[in-house]
Amino acid sequence: MSLRIVVCVKYVPDATGDRRFADDLTTDREAVDGLLSELDEYAVEQALRIAEGQRQSGDEAEVTVVTVGPEDATDALRKALSMGADKAVHVEDDDLHGTDVMGTSLVLAKAIEHTGYDLVVCGMASTDGGMGVLPALLAERLAVPQATLLSELSVAEGKVTGRRDGDAATERLQAELPAVISVTDQSGEARYPSFKGIMAAKKKPVETLDLEDLGIEAEEVGLDGAWTVVESATERPARTKGEIVTDDGEGGKRLATFLAERKFV
Amino acid sequence: MAEVLVYTDHLDGAVRKPTLELLTLARRLGDPVAVVLGPGADAAAPVLAEHGAARVLTADAPEFADYLVAPKVDALQAAYQAVSPVAVLVPSSGEGKEIAARLAVRVGSGLITDAIDVAQGDEGPVATQSVFAAAFTTTSRAAKGTPVITVKPNAAPVEAAPAAGAVEPLDVAFGPLATGTRIVSRSPRESTGRPELTEAAIVVSGGRGLNGAENFALIEALADTLGAAVGASRAAVDADWYPHSHQVGQTGKTVSPQLYIAVGISGAIQHRAGMQTSKTIVAVNKDAEAPIFELADYGVVGDLFDVVPALTDEVRARKG
Ligand SMILES: Cc1cc2nc3c(=O)[nH]c(=O)nc-3n(C[C@H](O)[C@H](O)[C@H](O)COP(=O)(O)OP(=O)(O)OC[C@H]3O[C@@H](n4cnc5c(N)ncnc54)[C@H](O)[C@@H]3O)c2cc1C
Ligand SMILES: Nc1ncnc2c1ncn2[C@@H]1O[C@H](COP(=O)(O)O)[C@@H](O)[C@H]1O
Repeated sequence: MSLRIVVCVKYVPDATGDRRFADDLTTDREAVDGLLSELDEYAVEQALRIAEGQRQSGDEAEVTVVTVGPEDATDALRKALSMGADKAVHVEDDDLHGTDVMGTSLVLAKAIEHTGYDLVVCGMASTDGGMGVLPALLAERLAVPQATLLSELSVAEGKVTGRRDGDAATERLQAELPAVISVTDQSGEARYPSFKGIMAAKKKPVETLDLEDLGIEAEEVGLDGAWTVVESATERPARTKGEIVTDDGEGGKRLATFLAERKFV
Repeated sequence: MAEVLVYTDHLDGAVRKPTLELLTLARRLGDPVAVVLGPGADAAAPVLAEHGAARVLTADAPEFADYLVAPKVDALQAAYQAVSPVAVLVPSSGEGKEIAARLAVRVGSGLITDAIDVAQGDEGPVATQSVFAAAFTTTSRAAKGTPVITVKPNAAPVEAAPAAGAVEPLDVAFGPLATGTRIVSRSPRESTGRPELTEAAIVVSGGRGLNGAENFALIEALADTLGAAVGASRAAVDADWYPHSHQVGQTGKTVSPQLYIAVGISGAIQHRAGMQTSKTIVAVNKDAEAPIFELADYGVVGDLFDVVPALTDEVRARKG
């Protein structure tokens, strides 16, 4: 039987750029170039490794990458396809502008159900919103187990097992498929797309869906449908550069004097 | 008076400091009602009462320890239905955020994560967040339902505010999702004897400039003379020089101490995301062009292997 793996990937503004808010207090997606969230590369990598393991043991596997995002978000899908995913689903609709995590989780859940799945793989958090809750919301909406924030994992015999490093303890988790998992940036370096992979990606299928295809009403999503409102966004004043001294043998002492002046010593 | 649900983070009844900070915030919105799940409620209740909990709802069942997140969502939902609160506050840990999110979708409430402040507004509770690697500060509120807000450590002072803290058992019926993800084993994190990274007043962090696990002894020595916690950049963690639980930054911990000392750390945006809001920032780096100096209140351009031992000696001498 074929293992159907769905990877959720987000197209985000480059974190090294000058990220800002638009006039309607949504993330400005024009000001800075977008890319596949670096933390979702780890999700794609783990999905590919699971699929490879599956094929090595004579079973079939298929990796589908899904994104909810504007037209440009296809770039994120192409990147994932060039890494080795088999096909892609792009949910795009003008009414999605300003959707919050509750709406996004609704749309993704419907898109995942539409695609069919045994295992959903997410990143640990998006690098823009960075809430880190979407995987748990998907598990809730799809009514399947969540095995999230895994730093090490394996899938065998219809079960996923993995290691979760919490604040107070490290836990080993086990859940039966179908399940939703998320993986951390400790789970293993993501591969770079090969030239062959980039060429192959151009021919891989990308299915585009809108809200109507998923049976979702416009009022359920978008800025007006959001369950939260951002009331203000203020740029933090840049930190003023302080005194920088070059060590001439007295650097440690001078630093101690600074700490004493500020009453830390 | 309106009631505010506060989810208690505790270890066998020892209440963690961020929960006491939540009680301070909760009192701005109404009477705090604490929820304590798992063993140790008897030990937790007086501490919660001391800090303002009017009521303490408790439930204990093996499911809380044996299965991930979902049983706790069932319990918090039961508390929500028993209380009809005006807000739900949960500590912003990985687990706390997941519990909060699943509760929010079940009860139809707007969710706000990683708040650094919560106040009463004209249209209900307003949460402040720090976003885009702390480049922006936003305020938000729930447009639907009762706001469910997760709050970062150090968002408010811990205050004594004695209240009744009446202990009441909470009835929890576990749903079909509760036992989906089994926790097969658990190894508690060992205490280092140093302050908790996210709670410490001073943090000393080391990066790739340390050039080896053994050299973190320099960072630890400085930290110990200052009574500080130890942090690390991702480069140092990825090289296995220091445990991941000490990583500061976007995919590690966010810290906001009175003093942050960055040693041999360049100051990449992802690192800054986790320490930018520190009150005073000090950097030691041999590269005068390192971006960390743009944030530093005081910086020494020099070799850390000279500067740090000298600094540690001088601090020790001054402390006598
Ligand atoms: C999605 C994503 C998430 C990330 N999350 C995090 C995160 O949570 N935390 C994090 O820290 N990083 C994170 N990173 C990585 C980040 O981009 C940087 O790579 C990392 O912070 C660099 O660590 P560093 O400053 O220790 O190393 P480097 O950038 O290599 O800097 C080392 C510094 O040490 C100085 N140095 C060397 N030798 C000496 C000496 N003898 N004396 C004095 N100075 C010396 C050098 O001049 C240099 O400035 C993330 C990256 C991505 C893409
Ligand atoms: N718009 C989106 N499209 C597809 N996947 C998403 C989207 N937003 C979030 N995700 C997935 O959910 C994870 C956590 O996101 P978040 O809760 O926003 O931090 C990400 O790492 C992605 O795997």
